Amino acid sequence: MKKNKMIRTILIEALLIFVTIIILLPLFLAVTMSLKKPSEVFVYPPTIFPNSFYIQNYINAFNSINLGRLMLNSLIMSVVIMIGKTIFGILSGYAFSNFRFKGSSLLFALLFVTLFMPAELIMIVPLFQIMQSLHWVNTYWALTVPFLASATTTFLMRQHFMTIPKELEDAAKIDGAGPMRFLLEILIPLSKSTIGGVAVINFVYAWNLYLWPLVVTNSNEMATAQIGLKMLTNVESTSNWGVIMAGTLMVLAPTLILFFAVQKLFVRGIVTTGLKE
Amino acid sequence: MAKKIFPYLLLVPTFIIIAIFIYYPAFQTFKLSFYRMSPFGNRLFFVGFQNFWSLFTSGQYIQSALTTLIFVTVTVIGGLIISLLLALLLNERVPGIGVFRTLIFAPYAISPAVAGTLWAFLLSPVAGYVSYLFLILFKAQPQWLTTYPLALIAIMIATIWKNLGFNVIFFLAGLQSIPQSYYEAATIDGANSVHRLLRITIPLLSPITFYLIVMNVTFTAFSAFATIDVMTQGGPANTTSTLIYKLYQDGFVNFNTGFASAESVVLILIMAVFTYLYFKFGQKAVFYQ
Repeated sequence: MKKNKMIRTILIEALLIFVTIIILLPLFLAVTMSLKKPSEVFVYPPTIFPNSFYIQNYINAFNSINLGRLMLNSLIMSVVIMIGKTIFGILSGYAFSNFRFKGSSLLFALLFVTLFMPAELIMIVPLFQIMQSLHWVNTYWALTVPFLASATTTFLMRQHFMTIPKELEDAAKIDGAGPMRFLLEILIPLSKSTIGGVAVINFVYAWNLYLWPLVVTNSNEMATAQIGLKMLTNVESTSNWGVIMAGTLMVLAPTLILFFAVQKLFVRGIVTTGLKE
Repeated sequence: MAKKIFPYLLLVPTFIIIAIFIYYPAFQTFKLSFYRMSPFGNRLFFVGFQNFWSLFTSGQYIQSALTTLIFVTVTVIGGLIISLLLALLLNERVPGIGVFRTLIFAPYAISPAVAGTLWAFLLSPVAGYVSYLFLILFKAQPQWLTTYPLALIAIMIATIWKNLGFNVIFFLAGLQSIPQSYYEAATIDGANSVHRLLRITIPLLSPITFYLIVMNVTFTAFSAFATIDVMTQGGPANTTSTLIYKLYQDGFVNFNTGFASAESVVLILIMAVFTYLYFKFGQKAVFYQ
């Protein structure tokens, strides 16, 4: 019996190693490709390990499409969206969790249906026209403002605040703390990990946006890192995969590093919000 | 009095944003779908249902709808089966499982555009390792991104791979919420592992599976735009042009606003049906934690 169990463990362990390698292989091969000299890229049959450690690909990717600027734009966009969504989500979540007011269920329903209305995708034409009439095309306003509030963050914060004992609110009232002070000094400190998880998810969501920045920006100055990948494949007309992979890895790096750094928060955030992307 | 308006004040920022950037464009979409813009884009003509009529009689639009249907069905079903198998494996209590979990969750952080460039590289004719593997295994070296139906399959592969992290996290969370005692009782009753999987695990995972289906369908239908744009740009011969890709092309390449708005209306209606189904069958999953 015990021996069987050990064989089983070894088999599972072997299977886990195998599938992990398969799943991460694309990333590994991208790293090795990104270090190959142009002369090595099209060596046939393809070799896995590069003969050199050709960092120049990263510099070339940076220079050919102004990637530094694009990544800065992505960073600005993601941080602003992350902060806006999180703060507005905390406020509206608090309204729905701790207050009874006229029309609350109607407002809640009005917010809920937006979950299934990704305007930046399915209503992109009129949304773009709004940007035109506001003269926001090709500005940070267009990249950030439409995304500053969301139903998902509101619901998550509401659900989380509802798990916090009502007695705390009563005690705060007796001590003379107003509703805003209760939120700032008690609720938010008690919700740090949920807020952290949501913030991280919102950052990744914004960083990975593609169609909206593609439509609403029209210069190399204002485009984002994801759009840079398309530019890079177009610029590298000879398909120098070394440079393209170097660029791809740089665009991926911030979210991947963030993922590994705060994985617990991340998984908590994903499972509680179910927010994709 | 101040107390009474306080909750409304809390809601003001969120509702200003969604009113301007979701409700108003939704209203505009419906309105524009009944108009046609003059050639110079300065006047609107009311055309009734004509945009919808040309939409449903357009061979390209029908093709695009079918492409989307096939793409979404295969990607979602294939992706969920693979993800469930991975989650079952990751649910085993063996040494180092935490490390494996972290690594397999990682594709979550990858964007659809990054998935696109990575797989465009792996499937490329000379430098691509997958193409080379194909040559060794099957003595054939297809042009993945420029041949039908391989281009669509390539996008399916990239999308399934990109979605793995998200799906596995949810399935694993679902598996861990199933009480161990169910399995123990079943084992005493003589159920083998296949029985336990089919009779306990899969039924108890159904709320989470339903939730994942809804999320995956919307995600695959819409966010795969970036993967398509990077890998094939809708080609060859529009065979990878999904509904959202076509909407983008009609709205921002061909500048056919009325037609594009009619396409948007169809997508909004599809999403409305989805919302309804979600409420009807998915309530449990929403509050799942």
